Amino acid sequence: MRVDGKGLIDRTKPVRFCFDGRDYAGYKGDTLASALLANDVRLVGRSFKYHRPRGVLTAGSEEPNALVEVVGPSNQTPNVRATVQEVFEGLVAQSQNRLGSLRFDLLAVNDYLSPFLSAGFYYKTFMWPRAFWEGLYEPLIRRAAGLGSLSGRHDEGVYEKAFAFCDVLVIGSGPAGLMAALTAGRAGADVILCEESHALGGRLLSDGGTIGGLPAGDWVAQVVAELEALPNVRIMVRTTVTGAYDHGTYGALERVGLHKPARPNLPRECFWRIVAKHAVLASGALERPVAFENNDRPGIMMASAVRTYLNRYGVVPGRRVTLFANTDQARGVARDLMAAGVTVAAIVDPRPDASSVEDCPVHVGAEVVGSRGRLGLSGIQVRKGSEIIEIETDCLAMSGGWNPTLHLTCHMNGRPRWSEELAAFVPMEGAVPGLVAVGAANGSFSTHGALVTGHAAALKAVEALGRKVSVAVPEAEDMPYRIKALWAVEGTGRAWLDFANDVTTKDVKLAAQEGFRSVEHMKRYTTQGMAPDQGKNSNVAALAVLADATGRGIPETGTTTFRPPYVPVSIAAMGAGGRAEGFAPQRFLTSDQASRDRGAPMIEAGLWYRPSYFPKPGETTWREACDREVRMVRETVGIADVSTLGKIDIQGRDAGRFLDFVYTNTFSTLPVGRVRYGLMLREDGHVLDDGTSARLGENHYLMTTTTAAAGLVMRHLDFVHQAFCADWQVRFISVTEAWAQFAVAGPKARELVLSFLETPVELPFMGVAPVRIGGVDGRLFRISFSGEEGYEIAVPTRYGEALFRDLVARAETMGGGPYGMEALNVLRIEKGFITHAEIHGRVTAHDIGMEKMVSAKKDCIGKAAATRPGMWGPEREQLVGLKTHAPISAGAHLFVPGTEVHRETDQGYVTSVCWSPTVGAWLGLAFLKDGRARHGEKIRLVDHLRGLDVICEVCDPVFHDPEGEKLRA
Amino acid sequence: MPDLIAKSALEGRSLALGGVTLAEVDPGPITSIALYPGGTKTAAKGLRTLGLAMPGPNSFIEKKGARIVWTGREQAFLIGVAPPAIEGAALTDQSDGWAVLALSGVAAVEVLARLVPVDLRLAACPVGTALRTQVNHMNAVILRTGDYGFEILVFRSMARTAWHEIENAMHMVQARAGTKI
Amino acid sequence: MRLTCPLCGERDRREFYYYGAEDYLHRPSEGAPLSEWDSYLHLRDNVAGVVRDLWYHEAGCAQWLVVTRNTVTHEISGVELVAERAK
Ligand SMILES: [Zn+2]
Repeated sequence: MRVDGKGLIDRTKPVRFCFDGRDYAGYKGDTLASALLANDVRLVGRSFKYHRPRGVLTAGSEEPNALVEVVGPSNQTPNVRATVQEVFEGLVAQSQNRLGSLRFDLLAVNDYLSPFLSAGFYYKTFMWPRAFWEGLYEPLIRRAAGLGSLSGRHDEGVYEKAFAFCDVLVIGSGPAGLMAALTAGRAGADVILCEESHALGGRLLSDGGTIGGLPAGDWVAQVVAELEALPNVRIMVRTTVTGAYDHGTYGALERVGLHKPARPNLPRECFWRIVAKHAVLASGALERPVAFENNDRPGIMMASAVRTYLNRYGVVPGRRVTLFANTDQARGVARDLMAAGVTVAAIVDPRPDASSVEDCPVHVGAEVVGSRGRLGLSGIQVRKGSEIIEIETDCLAMSGGWNPTLHLTCHMNGRPRWSEELAAFVPMEGAVPGLVAVGAANGSFSTHGALVTGHAAALKAVEALGRKVSVAVPEAEDMPYRIKALWAVEGTGRAWLDFANDVTTKDVKLAAQEGFRSVEHMKRYTTQGMAPDQGKNSNVAALAVLADATGRGIPETGTTTFRPPYVPVSIAAMGAGGRAEGFAPQRFLTSDQASRDRGAPMIEAGLWYRPSYFPKPGETTWREACDREVRMVRETVGIADVSTLGKIDIQGRDAGRFLDFVYTNTFSTLPVGRVRYGLMLREDGHVLDDGTSARLGENHYLMTTTTAAAGLVMRHLDFVHQAFCADWQVRFISVTEAWAQFAVAGPKARELVLSFLETPVELPFMGVAPVRIGGVDGRLFRISFSGEEGYEIAVPTRYGEALFRDLVARAETMGGGPYGMEALNVLRIEKGFITHAEIHGRVTAHDIGMEKMVSAKKDCIGKAAATRPGMWGPEREQLVGLKTHAPISAGAHLFVPGTEVHRETDQGYVTSVCWSPTVGAWLGLAFLKDGRARHGEKIRLVDHLRGLDVICEVCDPVFHDPEGEKLRA
Repeated sequence: MPDLIAKSALEGRSLALGGVTLAEVDPGPITSIALYPGGTKTAAKGLRTLGLAMPGPNSFIEKKGARIVWTGREQAFLIGVAPPAIEGAALTDQSDGWAVLALSGVAAVEVLARLVPVDLRLAACPVGTALRTQVNHMNAVILRTGDYGFEILVFRSMARTAWHEIENAMHMVQARAGTKI
Repeated sequence: MRLTCPLCGERDRREFYYYGAEDYLHRPSEGAPLSEWDSYLHLRDNVAGVVRDLWYHEAGCAQWLVVTRNTVTHEISGVELVAERAK
């Protein structure tokens, strides 16, 4: 029910929304919870296990009951807390965790089965018979488990991530947070103030009172106006700091568009990474429920929430309210209600010495022991001594005291400390370096305490930053906090601790009885604290009940801890920027458009996009195109973009010496104008990479790496250089991106290349020369990855597209054309050239038959380890060729024909295969035990995954032109 | 054969959104200057002919259209002019290796706050700052060229991704306009 | 987690690549016995406390760094350039 004249909602801005198919009206400034309560909707959900009717319990992000699904145009978000979700025009929400309607949930039958569904039920029941698990139990549990549901469609929503930096991060904007922000802000420090709600002020907006002679609301408005005017203060509302991480890093979730109708490009949420030199935790405290029989009915709420709904939203959740609380502070709830004209049926205070002077009946030394009302509270039973009093009431405001919101102080392994005086855990000092908890978050529950500690923490931070400021702390209420701990009222019925997961005091006692005496075990056994609220409402009380059940004190029983995130964070927000194209950069070749123009399907090679093949009219499969391209290279001429290969420019007097150190073979002796194939090892003796390096000048080399290992090799070279020879006269830099490079291969390659050169050059095999092409300075290499006479032409990248189009056009007039990755792969397998399919990190130079490339005359990285026993010899798997007439597969394993196929008899494995149009057979490269000695043998290739079982001939890996006559032509 | 036609990574594309402008710019020649051990003095002599010197870490120096940008230990990029003769250093042409994007406007810093894990606000990143860092997953060199202006160097092959990322961030910042960030 | 690169300044962990113990810097001399190589390549302490390990400022200045940090408290007490370390 709405109360006239109360609340901070904007009554000039009505908002229509829909809940469970019915339209309702609220106001701008309402949460879904306040708007539903204003419309007297008390039943908003069903509990997880027993499907008990549930209403709104709190007014904050800790809400365990009022979890709803919000339905958007392209998404359905489950477990949205109605107490956080602001209403907006057109908001559509629905209740969850029900079968049928909310009022007649068919799964409510679970509630009648509750004697069988006690803690550990699943562990005990679904153990046997084992065969029932997959077919019966799992689907059954899956059907009933989980809260809420998704749309099943791709989420088209926009999510954002962002980075922020500050001197002082203030978390929370109640009296402590505002005072801290004001102090640090006035000192000129760079401040970020995060507030979870949409308005600053924290509990001052709910509790009222006076600060420095002003009504609290006016003081808040004054401070906020000043903060907003300070250029060094950034205010972030609707932003929950979710985690504290190493070295001043904090995670924060901002609800950017969740309170508005969806708009293109407007992020739903933003996940912030905030880096702060200092942080002030002013997150307040969470009021705790009291466990009594049937304390979970809609209409039973936290006392502070009732006050918030009244003062902030102008809503009372009932007509006859009762207060059940054990602190003086909570009395303010009853007084505010009466002042607003709401009937307070009674105040029930368990403290025998509490005051009984109020404008309503007060029962001191009394407890609420039960409630009634199936879908909403209609009455309670109060025990006072031996007497049971029945009270008609439709709203019970309960308070068992307060727990400091110290969650962030636990995120780096800090354990809270038990305070007997406050009957609560308080933060461990220094638990998160740079973060200081203040105000209620640190157990200072009065407004005065909040202002003073907020001010002091900010002052300390400001001084550490070398700044000075003088800010007076205003006068405010400083009521002592006098509490008699009350966790659970004695009784025999079910009394809830964890509302969301349906954990009762009985469950905790049962856990203790069955030997789960440690808090961690009890939690896992009962699932207490594992619901979306992560035990915010129940951890401490459950611990207290466990302590009682095991006859120990609370500190002896254990402590509570919390891990990030403080509130649920959607994966979409946490991974914002990493979806679709944001997942990884896409690297495009200069020939990209030209290849696509020719209909080439592009495939990903690392981050690069490369043409798979170039289809011709009439070709219906990739194999037809690939076979044609292979024949084209073998018979005429083919063009391929090889710019993806890593290129590293190496200069200096010690450049040759450096290459000698990183390659197994020698480069210092390479003549200028020549190219040499090089093999690079890791220090542990395995092959790191291979490629060619050219000597462009006396002190100038150009190294080529494989596409796959370009980054890896650069990192390796940096390490070797900086760690072992930083004083050498050598420097290097990647020029991969600076040059576009095209392979021209085939019997007509020379003719084609010569037609492009302004001045013809005759290059020997493995030669390099500067050339001029189309008015541009380029480089010509005579190297081959196909086994045919081959050249590579390099020009500055800006000319890449033009040169590729020209080369392809010219090749076509000669009967040639472009070839893609498929043909490139076939050509190199036919020639026995290795790629990272072969040098996959576990092979040695010996395994690939290149042990002779490890120079005996000099040291190099990996040389010592390569000589260790086990790194070479016949027991190792060695590179061989395979030849057969049936399809074979990479990944298949090799066995001696006639032997059994299992792990012990495994002889090796296949790394690359192709159909070779040149040889007219299926070819493979494989690693086979003592393979070089077994050429000519028959071997059995088995691939269980693809159902292959083929006999192959073991042969030399070079199938095409083994003497290399074509290369040197 | 006819002369080859040069093409930049993004063909000079530009985009204005919510007061922020993104444009591919032509930086002119880019030359990496990497000092050899002991090369400091001789290299300085060569650079003096342009009125420039090796910049300190995280900074760049600009003189008459020529920029020298710190890019690493004993390393800098000379941008905008052909390199003079420099002794004691390895010179490598990088002109074609990078795409350069200029981002300007009051909200440019907010756009980059979505992508760059470094504080780019003016107090922490004054004009003349050069940073080697990331734009989302891409390595980049970021220059603070004005109170409201940045130039961003990314690998040429990744130019389209960089454009896409920045454009996305521009859209989001524009959609949020009015929120204080 | 944040690391302060001696050149680039304080940066987010995402800019760095982690390699392993500082031991990799102490490469045995040519001809050292294989046991020495074995120890260099494969034998590492697993300390709860102060460790010195190698990081690479991959998304920054491309310098290798020796980082002194405490695996228990996560405190970082020093970052040096490998190329300029006192030998
Ligand atoms: Zn660095």
